[in-house]
Amino acid sequence: MDRTITVKVNGREYERSVEPRLLLSDFLRHEIGLTGTHVGCEQGVCGACTVLVDNEAVRSCLLFAVQTNGREVATVEGLGAGPQQMHLIQHGFWEAHGLQCGFCTPGILMSLVPFLEQNPDPTEKEIRDLLSGNICRCTGYQKIVEAVQLSARLIQEKSS
Amino acid sequence: MSTRQFGRPIKRNEDPRLLTGRALFTDDVQMAGMLHVAFLRSDLAHARIRSIDVKGASRRPGVAAVYTAGDLGEFWQPGPLLVPPPPVEQLEFHQRTQTPLAKDKVRHAGEAVAMVVAESRYLAEDALDDIFVDYEPLDAVTGLEAALSEGAPLVHEDLGHNVSARVTQTKGNWTQAESEADLVIRRRFLYDRGTAAALENRGIVASWDEKSQRLTIWDTTQAPIAIRNGLASMLGLSEHQVRVIAPFIGGGFGPKIMMFYPEEVLLPWAALQLGSPLKWIEDREENFYATTQERGQVHDAAIALKSDGTILGVKDLFLHDAGAYAPYGLTVPINSQCTLLGPYVVPSYHSEFSSVFTNKPIVTPYRGAGRQHGVFVMERLLDIAAKELDIDPVEIRRRNFIPPDRFPYANEIIFQDFAPLVYDSGNYEPALERALELIGYEEFIRTEQPRREAAGERVGIAVVNYIEGTGIGPYEGARVTVEASGKVSVATGVGTQGQGHYTSFAQVVAEQIGVAVSDVHVVTGDTDLFYWGAGTFASRGAVVAGNAMHAAAARVRAKILKLAGEKLEAAEEDLELIEGRVQVKGAPQTSISLGQLAAEANPMRGAVQPGTEPGLEATEYFGPERGATASGVHAIILKVDPETFLVEIEKYVVVHDCGTVINPLILDGQIQGGVAQGIGNAFYEQLHFDDNGALLNASLMDYLLPTASDVPNIESDHVETPSPLNPLGVKGAGEAGAIPVGALFAQAIDNAFRDIGLEVREIPLSPNRLFELVTEASARETA
Repeated sequence: MDRTITVKVNGREYERSVEPRLLLSDFLRHEIGLTGTHVGCEQGVCGACTVLVDNEAVRSCLLFAVQTNGREVATVEGLGAGPQQMHLIQHGFWEAHGLQCGFCTPGILMSLVPFLEQNPDPTEKEIRDLLSGNICRCTGYQKIVEAVQLSARLIQEKSS
Repeated sequence: MSTRQFGRPIKRNEDPRLLTGRALFTDDVQMAGMLHVAFLRSDLAHARIRSIDVKGASRRPGVAAVYTAGDLGEFWQPGPLLVPPPPVEQLEFHQRTQTPLAKDKVRHAGEAVAMVVAESRYLAEDALDDIFVDYEPLDAVTGLEAALSEGAPLVHEDLGHNVSARVTQTKGNWTQAESEADLVIRRRFLYDRGTAAALENRGIVASWDEKSQRLTIWDTTQAPIAIRNGLASMLGLSEHQVRVIAPFIGGGFGPKIMMFYPEEVLLPWAALQLGSPLKWIEDREENFYATTQERGQVHDAAIALKSDGTILGVKDLFLHDAGAYAPYGLTVPINSQCTLLGPYVVPSYHSEFSSVFTNKPIVTPYRGAGRQHGVFVMERLLDIAAKELDIDPVEIRRRNFIPPDRFPYANEIIFQDFAPLVYDSGNYEPALERALELIGYEEFIRTEQPRREAAGERVGIAVVNYIEGTGIGPYEGARVTVEASGKVSVATGVGTQGQGHYTSFAQVVAEQIGVAVSDVHVVTGDTDLFYWGAGTFASRGAVVAGNAMHAAAARVRAKILKLAGEKLEAAEEDLELIEGRVQVKGAPQTSISLGQLAAEANPMRGAVQPGTEPGLEATEYFGPERGATASGVHAIILKVDPETFLVEIEKYVVVHDCGTVINPLILDGQIQGGVAQGIGNAFYEQLHFDDNGALLNASLMDYLLPTASDVPNIESDHVETPSPLNPLGVKGAGEAGAIPVGALFAQAIDNAFRDIGLEVREIPLSPNRLFELVTEASARETA
């Protein structure tokens, strides 16, 4: 029954034997111990489990681990080297108080990585449209929007 | 420190861990040999259990155990009553609490009937399909009035009726008020159920260590200490053998203060039986049934007024939906009863409620905790009165405000903390005026609204007031320790669910000890690190635990000054605490670091003075005599699409008074998040139960939580009226944002449809429901 898969996660290769029905979210969290990816609904609605597969934001609760065989996955743990060396998007969220309980945050950060690559100077409307795929129950979104605006600015300042 | 720590918008200590995926949530706990739990839950809301056959499930490969109520022996007990009824004279109370697994009968859909333990969650869920329960379906009771009618199905047959409690509280004389009134308005108001929907579902990990004889539990609870005490008692262990850790928690909002959830007692019990660590993580569908909900009430209310709008009295008879069990006592309906009085002088009040058992999930506090209903009823009554008396809705409120020189203001009834409802302080008019200025009230009414209405738009404005009883007792504690590293560690018993306690508490301590906020390490929610406390609820963390922090830090400061005075041979009053050092004022070269002082306060050899306490450490407790009353004003301008009846919020203003502000960044976040939940409650979120008690929209696809496209930017300002009830002068802020939003929406939508005399008397609304209400009102208007 089990299938052997090889997945590159945050640049490191993992080979595991898994059941075909194992969700990618469960694979990441419980098979390889990357618990930064959170699971809020397992129905693809809340967006908390968003990760990148080949640099595209996907819901890891709607994919099977076997579907990522031979592909590259990026999770929040790889988005910066750690609490002392965070990514600029993480800094933006820290400065702007873009999180409260922090449960939805990893999914939002991962949704933003390709978004800000493609939209380096987004409007508030574009930011809110993107964020509408991620539910946050704590913040009311206002400071998340501010955090995204700040992140975009920080990234632009660094690249200029 | 040269700059103050208290009152500044300092970014949060906890964020780097959360932002990098390194914070520990309950489902992140992994242990060798851990087994996983799944629950079989009833699809029926009301049914007798004839038999349960678990043989098939037990035989499945990978299944370690299957339990039903019959397997629990004497451990099967109804849960404790968390909050006893308050000392009110006219009170009837019938205690019925939930059990670990349903035995003879299920009383709401989603009630657990069997528990499977297996090698993985997948296998445990597979095995649920192999359990056969033979149910005898019973008629369900879902409506509040239906539950009280003759011949209604009985949720608890032994009770003989469906009344959970009846409470009457009065002040003044309603009959007299009614007879002296120029106008009496009577209306029925409805408020229906929603769910807190924290992004993180509930979860528990329980591990028994045979060698140390200790049980460790990670629990998504807002009250770890009470969980430890209760579990120790139920399991026959010493409290010192049980450690409960509430790690990072993905949102609480009230339902995570409820205890004991069936899963919360079953996991620890089974971990002891099996000797293996166990984990259960609720899924989203379970969360819709098995986590507690709020707020079905029906109010029949009346207000008596003079022709100038002065309130003479209010009468309110209401029914409260308790759900199938009532472990949380009367907190929610008592809050409704007390909060109704608002910031107004109400000389006479007669309030009478019946709390009713229904075949629906259990009701316990969810952000606002019944206060919404009271605010909705009072604000709607005032709106209708203003219309009848042809007074501006803002003006009628202004005329009835409690004047600032009348505090403390006694309302002569009993609040949820069992103390008399006395407002400690308040100053309502400045907040109202500021809100009017920010929303542009006069300008909108005089020019913008007529202009836009002439162009065919439907736009409305609203302004509502509320008060919120916060920061209630009994008490919390804190221990503050300066370590030899010079950093400060702080521990308290409350749990934290995103409120920024690691930072706001650190600010309170840093202010006293003169270190950077980032050098204060706060631990919350680990019973091994702080033994005493009650929990995080009722907007009380900053008030009660915050003041305990303040007291403990002040004592440590005194110890620092005393010891430093000896070491530096200087008078204490000549010393100052700056950037982690104690120095002589004006002579910074004469100084000693806190780390060095801490080391010297803990000598390893030699003798100390009799009575010496080692270390730079202190533990203090704080318990207020009663809650601190926060207040605020919300104002809105909204547009209703006349075709789709979707609502667009064009402007939203909050002016809030929660006393002294510890961290304005965190406070704004609390307000904004509260308003977002209020908007959900007002216009998006409603749990739809059918007549059989089945929940028809138990998923996030069908139950609509507001998204970033639905919640506007909120413009906020603060008025600071410090509380005299605590040294920091703070009042709670956690629930405020959510409380008045239903009343605000109703007023604004009425205003947008005032030409057809629309009168919204229910929350939640939705585009569909609004279309119906407008259609009915139009038909009445043209009839």
